[in-house]
Amino acid sequence: MTYAGPFETWATILTVAATAVAGDVLTAGAMRRIGDLDRIRAQAGLAGAVRAVVSSPMFLLGVLSMALSFFSLLFTLSNVELSLAAPASASLTFLGNAFAAKLFLKENVDRRRWFAAIFVCAGVFLLSK
Amino acid sequence: MKHTLTPQRYLILLAVMLSASIGDTLLSHGMAQVGPVSLAHLGLLLAAIRNPWVVTGILCLLGFFASYLTALSWADLTFVLPSTAFGYVIVALLSKYWLHEHLSLYRWAGILLIVCGVGFVANGPSLTEHAPKPLAPTGPIP
Repeated sequence: MTYAGPFETWATILTVAATAVAGDVLTAGAMRRIGDLDRIRAQAGLAGAVRAVVSSPMFLLGVLSMALSFFSLLFTLSNVELSLAAPASASLTFLGNAFAAKLFLKENVDRRRWFAAIFVCAGVFLLSK
Repeated sequence: MKHTLTPQRYLILLAVMLSASIGDTLLSHGMAQVGPVSLAHLGLLLAAIRNPWVVTGILCLLGFFASYLTALSWADLTFVLPSTAFGYVIVALLSKYWLHEHLSLYRWAGILLIVCGVGFVANGPSLTEHAPKPLAPTGPIP
């Protein structure tokens, strides 16, 4: 049963998706700046690789965004039924990530990747049926 | 330049797919044994982290995050994310063949769409090649 009105329902779902996208993009941006972890681990060991990751402010901001997304999902689930909130936020996150990766990470989101984002988005939604 | 992945990197992507879905399944199984946790009984969370299923689930999810970050260090976000979505397919198939749950036609259609989506990116380059930044202009050479 859905307790919230349509505006509150979609506002909370959008908040979950937006913070998840911010978390993914910030984490991906941080990893791109840090460089190939396999190479870092070969040179500085596992501890060196962990140090390189956790000392990145961008990575920490990404983790903070992921935590915000998790808590806003918990808040959403207290007002909106799981069968709508989980697939809707996951699907919106996949689409939002494709836009944000093109915009902020300058990734080459070609037709193939757009199709992948749309197919996965629709597939995740259907899995919840 | 077309970036293709070495077999070792495909193994890391496989770890991303498997560790998340297996970790979630283990956590779910463990928490079903622990029982519902409410704000009034937060002490139950301590019992939860002594449950071997929950502990193994948490270790799997830590493994997921490590392999996810490793994958992001050499591949685009729009390449890695559809791969992680393949975990949904694995959970659905596990629930069908291990837990003997019924999969509706909608779910089979969802599985098919995700497999197609992953197939689209898996055949393409894994990393966007950015042109190197031009050097700062130094003025006309005398």
